[in-house]
Amino acid sequence: MQSTTLLLLLSLIAVAAFYLGRGRSLNLVGGPGRGMELHSLPGYYGYFVAIWCVLPALFLLFGWILLEPKVITALVVKGLPQSYQAMPSGELDLVVNNMRNLASGDIVSTAINDNLRESAAEFVSYQEQSRQLLATLVFSLSILGGTIAWRRIRPDLRARNRVETVVRWALVGASSIAVFTTIGIVFSVLFEAMQFFQKVPVTEFLFGTNWSPQTAIRADQVGSSGSFGAVPLFAGTMLITLIAMLVATPIGLMTAIYLAEYSSSTVRGIAKPLLEILAGIPTVVYGFFAALTVAPWVRTAGEAAGFEVASESALAAGLVMGVMIIPLVSSLTDDAINSVPSAMRDGALGLGSTRSETMTKVILPAALPGIVGGILLAVSRAIGETMIVVMAAGLAANLTANPFEAVTTVTVQIVTLLVGDQEFDSAKTLAAFALGLMLFIVTLCLNVFGLHVVRKYREQYD
Amino acid sequence: MNSELSTLQKVDASLKRRLRKEFLFRTTGMLATAVGVVFLAVFFATLIGKGSSAFKQTYLLLDIELSEEVIAPDGEMDLAYADFDGLVRTALRRGLPEASGRSERREMNRLVSIGAGYQVRDLITASPELLGTTQTLWVPAAANVDMLIKGNIDAELDESLRPLSDRQIAWTEKLRIDGRLKSKFNAALFSNGDSREPELAGIKGAMMGSFFMLLTTIILSFPIGVAAAIYLEEFAPKNRWADLVEVNINNLAAVPSIVFGLLGLAVFINWMALPRSAPLVGGLVLTLLTLPVIIIASRAAIKAVPPSIREAALGIGASQMQVVFHHVLPLAMPGMLTGAIIGMSRALGESAPLLMIGMIAFIVDVPGGFTDPATALPVQIYLWADSPERAFAERTSAAIIVLLAFLLLMNLAAVLLRRRMERKW
Repeated sequence: MQSTTLLLLLSLIAVAAFYLGRGRSLNLVGGPGRGMELHSLPGYYGYFVAIWCVLPALFLLFGWILLEPKVITALVVKGLPQSYQAMPSGELDLVVNNMRNLASGDIVSTAINDNLRESAAEFVSYQEQSRQLLATLVFSLSILGGTIAWRRIRPDLRARNRVETVVRWALVGASSIAVFTTIGIVFSVLFEAMQFFQKVPVTEFLFGTNWSPQTAIRADQVGSSGSFGAVPLFAGTMLITLIAMLVATPIGLMTAIYLAEYSSSTVRGIAKPLLEILAGIPTVVYGFFAALTVAPWVRTAGEAAGFEVASESALAAGLVMGVMIIPLVSSLTDDAINSVPSAMRDGALGLGSTRSETMTKVILPAALPGIVGGILLAVSRAIGETMIVVMAAGLAANLTANPFEAVTTVTVQIVTLLVGDQEFDSAKTLAAFALGLMLFIVTLCLNVFGLHVVRKYREQYD
Repeated sequence: MNSELSTLQKVDASLKRRLRKEFLFRTTGMLATAVGVVFLAVFFATLIGKGSSAFKQTYLLLDIELSEEVIAPDGEMDLAYADFDGLVRTALRRGLPEASGRSERREMNRLVSIGAGYQVRDLITASPELLGTTQTLWVPAAANVDMLIKGNIDAELDESLRPLSDRQIAWTEKLRIDGRLKSKFNAALFSNGDSREPELAGIKGAMMGSFFMLLTTIILSFPIGVAAAIYLEEFAPKNRWADLVEVNINNLAAVPSIVFGLLGLAVFINWMALPRSAPLVGGLVLTLLTLPVIIIASRAAIKAVPPSIREAALGIGASQMQVVFHHVLPLAMPGMLTGAIIGMSRALGESAPLLMIGMIAFIVDVPGGFTDPATALPVQIYLWADSPERAFAERTSAAIIVLLAFLLLMNLAAVLLRRRMERKW
């Protein structure tokens, strides 16, 4: 039976259980009119039974689905002849994959022999047995749980408290998913990165200046031993981030100042939503615009000025990324300016300073920590930005500070290394996770620090 | 009077300079604001300029003879192997009698899309009684003909520099004069999956992929996000754990999306062995990605409910759980829904993490479920943007217009919802 059908049936059972529990609680005290004699509202008895019906069954279901493929594969592999079991794990995986494909009726990459066919049949039969067993177990568990709960209903059963405890734990569980996500990110990236650092020393990765991750498929191939010095990537990322920030910081700052201090409310009413649209445009669209419109412009303009410009120049990607970040900088600056107490502004104006003097000499210094925090967040955003650079920046590692040349970035390399078929034990794939780890650590530091500064500053004037 | 200037005079002397500075500052601000707005205008102008033509496609009018000899040589219809392309070619040749020789004929055949043959097959499959008749059909022209009609191929260029030969241009001109070429609404764009042929490529597959993904995301992230927000706002004791969760959520909102892709690849695909390229996995990754957004918005919505409501409910004997679920939650719902829509619009535009979990494959079939291989609208844009053909560049812009239209609709819904349901306490 499909797991979706199982889930659907379980929810039907839950509804039935709710009414059964509710009815029993009312029956025990002698009808709906005497619900006052129950400890809790009758509905809570219903929920109580329904929870007992569904919760253990659900845990069983998900645990089973998670473990089933591994157990079945292990069982089938055990049934294979000795010659297969002696294979190295990579080849065995291949055999298992072929067998699975055969079982599900997909295309198989090798000649089908009897062993394979037999084990595929075995696989299918195991799968069917497992599904039947699962369905039986889930139903009996839900009915068992439901019956126990149903029999435990007494007028003085504290059903509401029990239901609320379960709900409370569910809420705790939901809120800890965010923590688990972070833990998941750290561990998944760290684990693979560790494997990478076993093949490539950390120092070579962090300080090496040669990046060419193509590893040879055959030992006798020339020139593709694979070298993983990530400095060119870090330099490229920083170059593009720098260009982006050079665009976004002054423009974002001045936009925020203009909209907060000078513009009429009509202009503000039009410009603010327009800038918000800028923030809502998907990055893939910016990437398309950078690659097909801005890059040719930059090229023509640069060549007219006598520079040699690569068609995937860092400048084009950086410029567009800068535009993308403008709304972020301007909204965080706006927050910072607005939280400066108006007494300070009024005082400066009262002493006869012009508005620009008030702004540059009083408000901006006071708002500086908030603005710096905001800029750090923007830098973190620029470093982690992927689609713009994937589409508009180069692929080849190039250690240069010239914005007209093509450079590559950490995110571009993660994408190029991981898109397409991969094996999880090659240094090439694992390198992507090492890069991901660097990216995560750097952006995490920037975020923690930036958020801390922004918040601390906000509280200062509250 | 001595040579010392009085304060007033000093101020007067510097006033001009100060006012000039003021003016400069103000102008800089205005220019900075203009940069963003001008960029937006240029951006939309180029996009619409490039993409709007993709909503039309050139079609060819052909009199196709559904000959029995070709389709049903043994009296039985042979739909799998019959030479439908041959029927289309014969019909095309009939309209243009000047072709002679093999290479010339091959050039002529390239005027019509390979989709024409499928169209004929589908027609005869749907209504077998047409066998033996001659049908007049509008079939899609090849992408290069389409580009020529739309003026994207310069006929003045040297023959070797353009994808159409002189002969092909002459034939196209003849067809146009005969009234056999017509520009019609490009329905294929909305009803087909991806294709290697630009004139047959559509975004339906990508839209369905995005739909299944967003469905997974909203089903999971909205309840979880709301539950987490309720716990953090209403129940969590003010201790270190709550602080940790709080910092965590704020951080997660700023973690680069590609890192979530790495998580999805390592956990969902490698460890849990879920299928690659499936909307289900994409939805799970996007759930984790949008969760912080929804939690933050939901917390703000809960905070906005005044404490007097809670106190009143507690005062007449409701439990804390009842207060939250019967009073606070319904009042905070509009704000939460707004947050959910904004989170969904972010999820719809996200592509980097999807590349990591293999949703970048070339998939022709329109996905029909959560585990079918699929791609998403932004990823489709990325894939098409990589194609060198001119016709794909046009379709990329069209796909972007569609994506932006969806995003605009979602944001509009959020704004309307906020405006309608917003309550001032």
